[in-house]
Amino acid sequence: MSGGVDSSTVAAMLRADGNNVIGLTMQLWNQRRLAGREGMPEAVHGRCCSLDDVYDARRVAQQIGIPYYVVNHEERFEREVVRPFVEEYLSGRTPIPCSLCNNHLKFDQLLIVAQQIGAERVATGHYARVAYDDAKRRWLLKRPADASKDQTYFLFGLTQEQLGRTLFPLGDMTKPQVRELAHRHGLAIAEKPDSQEICFVPGGDYKRFIDAYLAEQGESLPDTAGELVTTGGEVIGEHTGIHNFTVGQRKGLGVATGSPLYVIQISGADKQVIVGSDEHLYSRTLRARRTNLISLEALAEPMRVKVKIRHRHEPAPATIERSGEDEILATFDEPQRAITPGQAAVFYDGEIVVGGGWIV
Amino acid sequence: MQRVYLDNNATTAVLPEVFEAMRPYFGERFGNASSIHHHGQETRAAVEDAREAVADLLGCTASEVVFTSGGTESDNLAIAGWVAAGDHVITSSIEHHAVLHACKHLEKLGCDVSVLRVDGRGLVDPDDVGRALRSNTKLISLMMANNETGVLQPVDEVGKIAAEAQVLFHTDAVQAAAKVPIDVRRIGCDALSISGHKIHAPQGVGALYVKKGTRIQPLFHGGRHERSRRAGTENVPGIVGLGKAAQLAKESLERGDDKKMAAVRDRLEQGILAHVDEAGVNGQGAPRVPNTTNIHFDHIEGESLVIALDLKGLAVSTGAACSSGAIEPSHVLIAMGLRPEQARASIRFSLGKQTTESDIDFALALVPETVARLRELSPKYKSQVKVVS
Repeated sequence: MSGGVDSSTVAAMLRADGNNVIGLTMQLWNQRRLAGREGMPEAVHGRCCSLDDVYDARRVAQQIGIPYYVVNHEERFEREVVRPFVEEYLSGRTPIPCSLCNNHLKFDQLLIVAQQIGAERVATGHYARVAYDDAKRRWLLKRPADASKDQTYFLFGLTQEQLGRTLFPLGDMTKPQVRELAHRHGLAIAEKPDSQEICFVPGGDYKRFIDAYLAEQGESLPDTAGELVTTGGEVIGEHTGIHNFTVGQRKGLGVATGSPLYVIQISGADKQVIVGSDEHLYSRTLRARRTNLISLEALAEPMRVKVKIRHRHEPAPATIERSGEDEILATFDEPQRAITPGQAAVFYDGEIVVGGGWIV
Repeated sequence: MQRVYLDNNATTAVLPEVFEAMRPYFGERFGNASSIHHHGQETRAAVEDAREAVADLLGCTASEVVFTSGGTESDNLAIAGWVAAGDHVITSSIEHHAVLHACKHLEKLGCDVSVLRVDGRGLVDPDDVGRALRSNTKLISLMMANNETGVLQPVDEVGKIAAEAQVLFHTDAVQAAAKVPIDVRRIGCDALSISGHKIHAPQGVGALYVKKGTRIQPLFHGGRHERSRRAGTENVPGIVGLGKAAQLAKESLERGDDKKMAAVRDRLEQGILAHVDEAGVNGQGAPRVPNTTNIHFDHIEGESLVIALDLKGLAVSTGAACSSGAIEPSHVLIAMGLRPEQARASIRFSLGKQTTESDIDFALALVPETVARLRELSPKYKSQVKVVS
């Protein structure tokens, strides 16, 4: 229970259906920890893990009459999510902390705690569906009814065991329906705004976060400055650090040229940011490593799927095949713009999530 | 569901006799104890009766008792009431946050604070107190009994050291009061804190013994209540409750109930240890108050154990209630040398006057099987077992 409308409504629904429900909030990050450091905002309100949100979650639990506990996983969150987030940026990649959190915290630690305290399943407010396929004898992850809220992209890492213990009660509902249900249950948080950004990065300013985090850790920001190079190999300037760039980015390159320039590639090894015109951003293939397959045991032969390469990307038709130990090659029918290392590639067969991996 | 409460170091239930004593002061006897008229005289008498009862429990005179809002205020009054910029204070690493954070605040105001270490049993070495003394040492604050482990500190010896050095000595006796006999003269302290709700009086009332002749600066400025040591209209029902609880505690100690409670606690402790391996008592080998046992159950998260037990009806805690939800493992257990994961695997059981033998049976039936279940589902434990086999 994050204190938001989705997980609160899930708790109220399950309780109303007569289930024996226990409310748990994962305390993952101390929002006051970096406040005021290196230009970070002083006070952060209405964010996940803030005192306000824990208060909201607790009040909902009290109102619907369920036991409620806060479990602290700040240490693991920092180790498995925050650290890698910072390191990915410093290596020239663009990370997705939400997937790491799902894999290492919400569907790992939380499931363990749930089992330990005697709970059979963990229900969350994610927009996704889980179903058991009798023929395949596998748990399937499927896209939700509300396509605009689809969170399956962040859930591709779930294992069969995790899916088998998970409930996504909002999978068949739209967000307006969830808010209406929250109202009907009389929940005070029914109109609470959706959280939009990465929970531990206030205002979405990840550069400032990295500065503040490293300063707090007593580490200095590694020198990631280097050359700005064109796709033709010509050095056209300097840049302030590779972590300030994302593939596809246009603004903030600090050079004036006749035609618009975009970041095409970031080379962590030699700290080069390679820039070029829009057409250079398009690529027909990607390689994904650290893969997880959900609807299949193994990818024995090439398969036709749609591949989603970032959260706000319309999945595009492609063929996937095994291209190495724990590596999948996706070949798109049409070239895709700004395939970004560090992001996930998630494979869909219609509504079904086949699996996914991390773009290298 | 049957519910058993073994978290009396967090708070205790108000005893029925205490509640009955308080009842008239919510209704017909409502006067302001400072008023001249009949109503004021009635409540003033009740406040002074309570003061005598508290004095009787602590071995002091009534005029040496200042009523406060609780243990935290008593601790802060003793510390802030005496110490000023430039002074040096000696305290220990296992104090309650009411003392530790008050001392931290003093540092910001320009005081020096020495925080003494404890040994593996959780005991401060009195010789360390002597060695920490400086020419500008103003105050020693050392708790009488630790809230997490129940370990009793050598306050008598520290009192002698303080007297010899002519340094003020405060002891936080919040977790000692009503559990062991207290005699402020024998301790030789200048101030001693107690809290109502730890001794079966209500929350929101406490007291500070302040030795006659020692002037103390009040925390609040206002009327001349409590001989100008604590401004604010007296919490008469709370004070009456504290007085009654103090009287009952004194009688109970004279009957030797503390020894009976120690026997009950020991049965719980030994019963758990007999059925759970890789577990042990934190503070083993040190003198302890009779109601507390703090046990580390290696390879589990104490947090999960507390939740699992609560869902089955047993209320215990991982440490100080004020620290629940905090990520830091107990500062007390860490100071005693436990590894962080061991500290986080520790659970405090604390008995009260209403704890029965059947409560202990309930806990003994529940704790070993719950620990076993948690371990079975703990990845840490599984990997450890694999390595061993």
